[in-house]
Formats: sequence, C-alpha cells, structure tokens
Amino acid sequence: MGLTLAEKIISRRLGETVRAEDIVVVPVDLLLAHEGTGPLALDRFSALERTRPATQTLFFSDHAAPAPRRELANVQKRLRTFAEEGGARFYPPGEGICHQIVAEQWARPGQIILGADSHTCTAGALAAFATGMGSTDIAVAMALGETWLRIPPTIRVEVEGPLPPMVMAKDVILHVIGLLGADGANYQALEFGGSTVAAMSVEERMTLCNMAVEAGAKTGLCASDEQTRQFLAERGRAEDYLPLAPDPDAVYERRVELHAPSLSPQVAFPHFVDNVRPVEEAGDVPIDQVFIGTCTNGRLSDLRMAAHILRGRQVHPGVRLLVCPASREVYLAALQEGWLQIFIEAGGLILPPGCGACVGVHQGILADGERCLSTQNRNFQGRMGNPEAEIYLASPATAAATAVRGRITDPREFL
Amino acid sequence: MERILRGKIWRFGDGISTDHIIPGRYYHLRGNLQALAEHALEDADPEFARSAQPGDFVVAGKNFGQGSSREHAALVLKERGIAAVIASSFARIFFRNAVNVGLMPIICDTGGFETGDEIEVDLVEGRVRNLTRNLERTFRPLPPVMRAILESGGLVPHVLRYGGFRWPDTP
Ligand code: SF4
Repeated sequence: MGLTLAEKIISRRLGETVRAEDIVVVPVDLLLAHEGTGPLALDRFSALERTRPATQTLFFSDHAAPAPRRELANVQKRLRTFAEEGGARFYPPGEGICHQIVAEQWARPGQIILGADSHTCTAGALAAFATGMGSTDIAVAMALGETWLRIPPTIRVEVEGPLPPMVMAKDVILHVIGLLGADGANYQALEFGGSTVAAMSVEERMTLCNMAVEAGAKTGLCASDEQTRQFLAERGRAEDYLPLAPDPDAVYERRVELHAPSLSPQVAFPHFVDNVRPVEEAGDVPIDQVFIGTCTNGRLSDLRMAAHILRGRQVHPGVRLLVCPASREVYLAALQEGWLQIFIEAGGLILPPGCGACVGVHQGILADGERCLSTQNRNFQGRMGNPEAEIYLASPATAAATAVRGRITDPREFL
Repeated sequence: MERILRGKIWRFGDGISTDHIIPGRYYHLRGNLQALAEHALEDADPEFARSAQPGDFVVAGKNFGQGSSREHAALVLKERGIAAVIASSFARIFFRNAVNVGLMPIICDTGGFETGDEIEVDLVEGRVRNLTRNLERTFRPLPPVMRAILESGGLVPHVLRYGGFRWPDTP
C-alpha cells in the first residue's frame, strides 16, 4: 500500500512509515509568525522560560506594514528586537507577505513548516508539509523543535487537460472549494495532481495550495518536480531540490476529478468562500474597488495577466484599483517588466509589498455598502475592515476586466 | 475541571469566521485582551458583545471559527469566561487553539438550541441537556492528546509540567 504526499513527507522526516489518522510527534524545520500572531507567541515562549528558538524562526511585518498606528509599530519593534537578540530572522515592512517570502527563500520539498497564519499551507506548492496553527503551538514548537500532529487523510484533486485562455489557477481552486464546501476538507489534506497541475508553475501551484484552508484542509500539496527544481534554481537554491511524489497506489479518502478545458472563470460571492459560481452567472454587479494582490494572487504571473488586460485601457471612473505586489522580488520584477507602469497609467495605485487591503487593518478599507472584487482568498463579512461591505473573490484576469468595465466582467471579453 | 457545567447559551449560525469573532479592524487591540474581548462576536450578535456573562455558552452551527489562525479568537471567548463552545463542527485551527488556551470545544448537533436556553453539560458522560427545551445530545470525548492538554489547563502549562507532549498512549 503506497503513501500519499502527506504520509510520505512525514514518514521521511520520522524515519518510519506512518499513515493517515496516526498521531505523531514530529520535528519541525521552519516556523513563522507575523505582527498579528508573533507577539502572543513571544509571550508564550517566555512563559515557557525559553530565550532562543530551537528551530529556525521567521518573523514578518506584513499585515500592517508600514505600521498604521502606534500599537502596531510597537509590536513590530518587539519582533525585531527579539530577532536581533534571540537568533530569529525579522523581515521588516516592505519585504512582502510571509508566505511569499517563505516560498522564495526558505521552503524546501520534504520539510515540515508551521506558521502562526492559516495560509502557511501555501508552501505545499513546493511539496513541504506546511500548516497554520495558533501562537501557542508556534511558541511550543520554538521551544521544543517539534509538534504533535494527526496525519491527515488526503483528498486527491486530479485536474486534467489545458486551461482555456484567461482561466487561471485561481478559478480551479475556487471551483474546487465550491464543490467541496468550506468544511469539505476539514482535518484532511488536499493533494493536487493531474496534467494541468503538472504543467503549472510553482507560482500557480501556490495559488492552489494557498486556498486549501478555505476548504478546511490542514494543508495543500503538490508533487515536487521539474517545475519545482526550476523555481528553486532561479533563486539560487538548486541544492534545495528534492523530487517527491505520492505513490501511484496511495490510499485516498476521496478523489475529485476536474476537466480543465471546460472550466470558466469563477467568482465567490459574499460572504462565504464556497459561494462560488461561474462568471457567466454572476449577473450585473457594479464594483467600487478592485484589489489585485495578496498571498493568493500577488505574484509576477498574476500581475502580468492583469497588465495584459489593462494595457492601453483605463480603469472605470467608478472604480478604485489597488495593486499590491506580494514581495520585494515580485515588485522589482514587475517594475522591470513594465507592469506597474501599465497599472499606474490605467489609473490604478500601487501599494507597498505586504498584505495591503486583505485583512482590513489599513489601506483600502471599504465604505458602507461598497462592493470590492478582490484576488484574495477570503470574503467573510468584515474581512476588509467594514461589515457593511461586500467582497467578491476572483482571479487577476477577472479583476482586471472588472476594473475596466466597473462591474463583474468575464475576462474572456478581452481575448 | 468541573464535571458538570450549567448556564445560558448564545446561539450563532453556520460558518462563524474568526473575522466575526474578532474583526481585523481591532488588530491593534491584540495586545490588550480585555479591550479586544469587549468586541467579541460583535458583528454576528452585538448583544453578545455587550452582555455575555462568565459561565455562558457559545453555541453554533457548522464550521465554527473558520478562517485565520488568530488564537485571539479563542482567547477572547476564554477572557469573557465562556464555559465551553458547542458547535456541530469546528474549523481545525480554532479547535486546536481552543484546547491550547484551555477553552473547552464540544462537537454535537446543536439544532433546536436558541439564545437564552439553559443547558447542562456533563463532561464525563459526554452529554448536553437543553433544560429549556428538554433536548438531550451526546458528544464524543476529545482525542487523548487534547484531553491531556485541557486537563493541564492548556498547552503552556502542559509543556511546563511534562517538558513536552504527554498523553496516556504517547507514541
Ligand atoms: S495577504 Fe491576506 S490572506 Fe495572505 S497572509 Fe496577508 S492577510 Fe493573510
């Protein structure tokens, strides 16, 4: 009986074969937290009477960066000071979103990564077993270098065939979440495979794995292959590469099959991520703000797609367009390739790398009754800072098309 | 831990997210738990935020606590003195956070429960009795590792006591 990717990664790390439902104590390779969850982790860490982390730990200033208020400036300073004194690594405002930096600089196939942020599962795109936990779990892992886990059973998501033009990885994952429901993968792993996923870049796979948690999953995983090797090599990390795939006879809890060529752009309606419908059925929905960015869709290929639609066009006069590169690396590359200029000429505005408007702390908070179409991963009531506003989720292509027309628009109109 | 808990419930629906429990607009209050707790669940039921009392229960439908990993979502309920959170199902991270901070999560069918009902929970027998409506529900005990953590009063006291993770059949 073969192993799923989740079983394989943890078995490798433990040096013995373990299977779904086993409860194990595992070593942890990388830990992360940010200004929203890091301070509480530090409180707990000192309650545990420790001073130096037992495992590589990263702190990020990304959720409210640069700080919009004094309290947040103070917690950012606290993380920085701890890092300087305690041997952790601190990423100041402007470096970008934690999950993006973890993928660019840290994550390796086969690792076990814990983050005090639910979208830590993004690193599954590099075949790392990565999962979000609370601050206390992170503090305990900092102290002990290990955590306890129940090995999740796996839902295999098999996507076959080429994606149509203007249909993106975001549309695949929104569709999957619509099928499974917001708790459809609770306590389980989502493993993405098939020819469509094999053809995807690591950037696109990150979009899939990022949103695994929106179906309740503990982690999302893709095999590590030539795409992975290339992604690592481009960042001077060729030696981090390790091929990893599930066994052909792995045992899955369930299989979901998707035919990519028949997929349309998808939109999640307020206030739930699983409230998904194809853009053809969106109806006439005027939009006040379009937000392109976040750990889901703030990468170079996302900005490239949006710029492709916005080139030579103007943002609709009724719309604010906010664009936020996911990291300094993305920012620089988008600058060099000319995409940022296209956004600015079209009437958009560029936010500094970070979470931006995603979590309602600062930058781009909505007015009462406003509607935002965002490339982020969550549309819960109040998510963008105002419970009287509505959030629609879609791909960067749909977002750009919507910015031009001022209402939810099928990007295939711009083919 | 008390074996029998008794109190009044506050009823919430399906899919209550961590953005409902503590909205991002109070991000800056995370360092001040008491102030943050005054806003607990206010977008879902402003009356709860104003008048929930220690010993009350939060009762919800499916997937309670979905969304972010913010442990503050469990902490504010603990800070308000909530005796236990009872839901038809929980999102994974919230469930684990609740146990870690010493807040009891209970999974059982909550259909028919309404705000203001009096309930009695027997933690040993795994039973919830709705005294107002004469309903009775059973629930399964937590996995041994989580029970051990709760019995220690949360994960930090657990680790301080045992130096690591310990439960009756630790691998
Ligand atoms: S971009 Fe949004 S979802 Fe991603 S880490 Fe930041 S706040 Fe969370």
